[in-house]
Formats: sequence, structure tokens, C-alpha cells
Amino acid sequence: MIKDSIILANEIRKQSLGMVYRAGASHIGGALSMADILAVLYSSELKYQPNNPSWDERDRFILSKGHSCVALYSTLALSDFYPLSDLLDYGKEGSSFLSHISHHIPGVEVSSGSLGHGLPFATGVALAAKTARKDYRTYVLVGDGEMNEGSNWEAILLATKLKMNNLCLIIDYNKLQGYGRTDDVLPLYPLKEKLEAFGWNCIEIDGHNHDEIKEAFLKARQTTDKPTAIVANTIKGKGVSYMEDELLWHYRSPNEEEYNKALKELEK
Amino acid sequence: MRTAFVNQLIEEAEKHPNIFLIIGDLGFNVVEEFARRFPDRFLNIGIAEQNMIGVAAGLAKEGYNVYVYSIANFPTLRCMEQIRYDVCYHNLSVKIVAVGAGYAYGSLGASHHATEEMGMLRAIPDMVVASPGCPLEAKMITSISANYNGPMYLRLGKAGEKQVHCAEPASLKMGDILEVRKGNAAVPAVVATGSILHYASEFLKEKSIDASLYSVPFVKPINREHIKHLAETYNNIIVLEEHQKACGLGSAVVELVSDMYANGELSCFPKIKRVAIDDCFYHLSGSQSYLRNNANLMLTEEMFDTNL
Repeated sequence: MIKDSIILANEIRKQSLGMVYRAGASHIGGALSMADILAVLYSSELKYQPNNPSWDERDRFILSKGHSCVALYSTLALSDFYPLSDLLDYGKEGSSFLSHISHHIPGVEVSSGSLGHGLPFATGVALAAKTARKDYRTYVLVGDGEMNEGSNWEAILLATKLKMNNLCLIIDYNKLQGYGRTDDVLPLYPLKEKLEAFGWNCIEIDGHNHDEIKEAFLKARQTTDKPTAIVANTIKGKGVSYMEDELLWHYRSPNEEEYNKALKELEK
Repeated sequence: MRTAFVNQLIEEAEKHPNIFLIIGDLGFNVVEEFARRFPDRFLNIGIAEQNMIGVAAGLAKEGYNVYVYSIANFPTLRCMEQIRYDVCYHNLSVKIVAVGAGYAYGSLGASHHATEEMGMLRAIPDMVVASPGCPLEAKMITSISANYNGPMYLRLGKAGEKQVHCAEPASLKMGDILEVRKGNAAVPAVVATGSILHYASEFLKEKSIDASLYSVPFVKPINREHIKHLAETYNNIIVLEEHQKACGLGSAVVELVSDMYANGELSCFPKIKRVAIDDCFYHLSGSQSYLRNNANLMLTEEMFDTNL
């Protein structure tokens, strides 16, 4: 288990790149944009027991942007849920490591892949804690493009009604989605103000600054009567110069030369 | 049927502290008693069916047996992908309860006609599709659902349906086909699901037709031994349902008989006549019985003429 979030984030990026490179898979850009958030979650924020993934008191983390799965698969391996060597199976015939996050992998709460599912599901998980008077917290990480889905806004209305201070939504706001800029495809701006108007405690941060991420989680835990949304401003492809803020890396997989170049940049 | 359902659900909720009821802002004069007795396990989630299923799945993941209640196509077709992916793919204990099967909300129009959803739901792995024929069956199915840990659809009529069974069947297990009346095996047998069962029962009585009548309270799964018995006993079977012909009960029966015949489990293949909606919408105002007649969901004496 890596307790230093900066080191963990860097390892998540390297492992994720290795996975997509070996498998010829897509979606590395969105995996790199959320690596810092995952690193803070799994190094200090979440309560969990890697040898007992269904521990009743664990905090629940739900990845709704399931296409960015390589970052979570890597995080879980680096957090001792299973050996790093298991990641070599990713994308192989018959492997349980699907190219959208799979709940058949230890530590993964919910499968996702179809967008707009994670937040309603997480709201139910958080409601279960309120109903059964349990102390676990529920975290859900969604993509910004995913906020196009009406189902998310249905859940946002409900979480306010239920005063779900045990629910923390993190939006990976990298401002690129399937076919272009988020604000060209279906404008979200001003996202923070929208969420506040819906009654949420909303914190806007630099999603690559670990101190800001930690501080936001702390504030979320201190909120008593509202759900919290963390609008994490991120850069798609963060950490690899030629991938940063480039839509192409929603789809492309690095070739050998590109992979080696990326690794070299991350080893600096 | 909805009264039989909710009364039984209240009884089950007393015994099972994990039963949770979510309504989609429907259920006026139906769910109030449940809400009063179990306020912590009741939620009106508003008119937001995608979220309703997602939240139900999240609750079920944490150990609740969650009932979602709404009308006709709203808790089914409207949120079909959430049902498939959140509930069934994760094999969670969510019970989808829709009132208004078939043309029960006749004059409200096609938006409120539940005439395709059984087929859509029975195609999804791990989903159980229950379609009671009378309040008694609705009560028994509700009891089964409270003790079943998995996805299930309860297709209810509305209110005021009459009982069909003379006495409570000794037992009902998931997949059972129930004999309503025993007739002459040489006469075509009627196999029906849903509240149209009562119509079939009355028709046979009025016309003094000595035909057997069976109720199929579960369109999925269907007990293979029971189907085998029907196929071996009757040369002619009429399947009656208030649903599109494609993919409903008739389809399920034909598929099962065909599979069993093909793999040698059955040595005979009866004639199976499907009485169902013939691939169309209706846009006329009318009561449930008017719309059934309009859609030709009717038995005729000719169907039972064994000389044909």
C-alpha cells in the first residue's frame, strides 16, 4: 500500500499506460485526468481493508465513468487488493478485467460503462447508510460529459431532499467528451453555480492539486445537511505532455515509441 | 390486485425488516398505510424513474429488498436500461411493481397501456416475470417475492378484479402453472396470464364449454414439467394474454414446447393458438373490456370445436 498520494498517482499513471499499451485499449485520457483524485482517495480518504473488500464499515467508492477503468484497476492493485501482475490480464480473452469497470474484480463496488448510472446507484447506497444508521460514506466519481445524462440530475434533486451529507460526488471536469469540448457539445457552464442552485455544497478545486483534493474531502465530511459536489478541474491526459487536453486520447492507444516517451516523462 | 399486493407487502414488511418501498409519485390511496407503518422504509422519489431504479439498486446492494411501485410503462420501459444493467447485471433484489397491466388504464391511451413490457423484461437474464391472474395470485406472488433474493417484475392489474380460484391453491412456487378448472382433454385447453384469466373462466362457464383452464402466474420462469404435462395431455392449446403477441406468454410457451420437442423431452407438439395483440397500437377511448374486444383478445366457441 502506498501512503504518499503523489507517488501513488504517478504509479497509477504508469500502470494505466502499460495496460492500455499492452491491450491496445482506448480511454487513457480520462484515466490520467482522474489519477490524482483516486490517489488521494485510496492513500488517505477512504476506509477499506484490501484483504476484506466487503468489510461492512468500508467507505463505498463508485466509479461511474467506467471507461476509465484502467486507473481504478491500477489503484486497487497498488492498494493491495490483488497483485500488480493481475493487471497483465487486462483486455485478454477470458479476463475478468473488462474495458469498462467490472464488479467481478475485488474492491470494485459496481460495474459501469453506461453513463449516468453511478450517481443514482450511489444515492441508493448512501440512503441505505442513512436508513440503517451506518457510518460509511459514499463517494462517486463521474465524468463531465456524463453530466449530460438526465438521470444524474434526478439523483441530484433527490440527494438534496434527503440531506445526504454522507454522499460525495466528484466530477472529473476535464472539459472534453466523446466528440469535442464539453461546452460545445452540451454546455455545463456554470457547473458550480448549477449544483449550488440545486442545493448542494459545491467545492471547485484544481483536481491535480493533492492538498486541494484533501481539503475538499475534509470539507465534505464536515458538512452536516447537504450532499457535497467537488468540481475537480482537470486536464485530460494529465502527466503525458502529448496527451494533455487532446481529444484524440479518448480513443487512441499509444504505440511503443509513444508509450516509452510517456513512461520517461512520468519517471522524471 | 393492488390492494391484495399492498396488504400482503405490509404483512411481509412486518416480518422482513429489509423490505423498502419506493414510489414514483403514484399510489394515491394505495401505499399510505405502508408509509405510515414503515416511514423509514418508504420513499416517494418523485417522477424520476431512471433514478428510482438506480437508487433501488444501490439500496439492494446494501441488503434491502426494494419494491418500486408505479404505473404501467413508467417503472419498466422508461428505465429499461437501469433495470437491465443496475439491477439484473448485478443480480440485485429489486421488485418492480407496475399496476395497469394490459389495457387496465384503457381510456388513458397508449402511454398507459402496458402491452410490451413482459416480453422486454423476460429477455433480460435473471429477471423473474410474474403476472397474477387474480387478487389471490397477487397475494401469493407478493409473498414469494418477499422471500426471493433477486430481480422480479410484478405485473398487476388495477383494482376490483374478481377471484378466479374457488379456493386458495395449496401451494404456489415460482414457475408453477395452476389448474383453474379441469375439463375434457379432447377439448382445447386455455392457458392464460393476467386478469384476462377471469374473462376466460367466465366465458367457458357461460358457454358451457368443457375445457380445462390454466393460469400462468409466472411468464418467466415456467416449470418445464408443467408444460410437458400440458403438451402431452392436450392436442390443442389456446394461449390468452393481454400483451403483444411477439414475446409474450404465447411466445414463451411456443419456445419452450419447441425446445423440449427438439431435444427429445417431448414426443408430441400440440397445436398452439396464440390470442394476443397483433402488433398494433389502439388509439380509441374505451374501457378495458372494450379495448380487449377491439384488439380481438377474445375466445370464440369455434375455437373449441374439436371437429375442426
